[in-house]
Order: sequence, then structure tokens, then C-alpha cells
Amino acid sequence: MAEHVLDAKGLNCPLPILKAKKMLKSIPKDDVLVIYATDPGSVADFAAFCSQTGNELLESGQEGDTFVFKIKHTAD
Amino acid sequence: MAEDTVADIKRKSLSIIVTKGSLDWAYPPFILATTAAALDYDVTLFFTFYGLALVKKKLDPKFTVLGNGAMEMPMFGTHIAMPNIMAMIPGVDAVAGSMMKKMIKDKGVASLDELREAAILSDVRMIACQMTVDLFEYKREDLIDEIELGGAATYFEVASNTHINMFI
Repeated sequence: MAEHVLDAKGLNCPLPILKAKKMLKSIPKDDVLVIYATDPGSVADFAAFCSQTGNELLESGQEGDTFVFKIKHTAD
Repeated sequence: MAEDTVADIKRKSLSIIVTKGSLDWAYPPFILATTAAALDYDVTLFFTFYGLALVKKKLDPKFTVLGNGAMEMPMFGTHIAMPNIMAMIPGVDAVAGSMMKKMIKDKGVASLDELREAAILSDVRMIACQMTVDLFEYKREDLIDEIELGGAATYFEVASNTHINMFI
């Protein structure tokens, strides 16, 4: 189960979501996408994204000014 | 045979009637369309009247301070409103438009070109209203290749099978 990294720092809504979706499609199922973002709205948005697309939000946290999300590619 | 209702549709869906084509009003439909597509919605945009400006090959939406009492720009550590009379001064709209574009870029907000490209790549269906295309004398080749032409009946065929229908 590999980890892939998406740096979405400095990007604003809806770009982190669009880039995350694009990357999820390109990684194998059950792999994990780690996303770094600075948009405070992304906290609620990645939770909503996962609940609507059927991907699993493993982790939603913060390191300093950066929000870190771990999403497992579980959707078809 | 019972007719399908929207509750029977497996994939979620969104349609937006896009009637406005200025820089600020161009954002909501493209942001919502691209995000919905990322959430696996089937998305249809129906462009009519000034919304057609957003599906011209060259995307260059203009901006005006006129008639927008709520518009204020963050400047000098505060917010400065733009009275309507300012719009009369030649160049003010162009300057305000450039300021808006700079602000958009500095804040990491997507450009409209980027969002429109994302919409195309995520298979957002785009329909241009045939009547307004004729009314404003646009030619098919003025519009992006991905656009279909259709009328009100086409819109209702989409809307009656769509969960969320908006008008912007």
C-alpha cells in the first residue's frame, strides 16, 4: 500500500479538490494519497469529498499552518 | 411503464443555467460544475444570453463596478467601495478588472481558463442556447468545440432527470 503526495499548498477552492480527484484516479486502489493544503476550507471540503465519492478519509490534521489529509483510494 | 423519477437515478447530477458572463459571475458556475464533477456528479451547463461569453473560444470576461453596491476592494488595509459614478470614468472598469484578476492570482484562486479546461476534461456537458447564439449573431466556430447547441426543450429534458438545478 503505497503513499502518494499531493502538494496543494497556496491553492484555493476548488483546486485542491480537483487535483486530489485527478490524482486519486491515477493511483491504484487501496493506495493512500497524502495531501498538504493551506486553504482552511479544505478541512470541511475533503470530509465532504470523501463521504460523497466513497473514498476513505484516514486522517485529517494540521502541522503548523498546513492541513494534512490522508485519503485511501477505496472508490471504484 | 412507470416513469423514472430522479430518486431512481444512481449517479448524482447537477445542471446550471448560466446567464451571466462577467469576470465575477463567471466563477460560481465553473467552480460548482468542476467540483460536482470531482464528486462524480453528471454535470450539464446551459449557457444563455451573456453566459455565452464564457464559451467563446477566447475567454476574456470583462468586469464592471456598475450596479454592484456590495462590491468593495481590499485596499490600504481597509475595504474601498466603488460608487457607480466611478464606472463613468474611462478606464476604471479595466483597472478594477485587472485588480480583481491580480487578487485572484495572488490568493491561489484558479483562473477561469483553468476551471473551464477542468470542466471540459471532466466531461461536463455544455449546451449553448441556440436562440441566443442566433440573437447575438455568434457563429458556431466562435464557440469552443465541446459545446452542443440546444434550446429550452433540451434543457428541460436534462433538468427533469437532474437532482440539482440552478440558475446563475
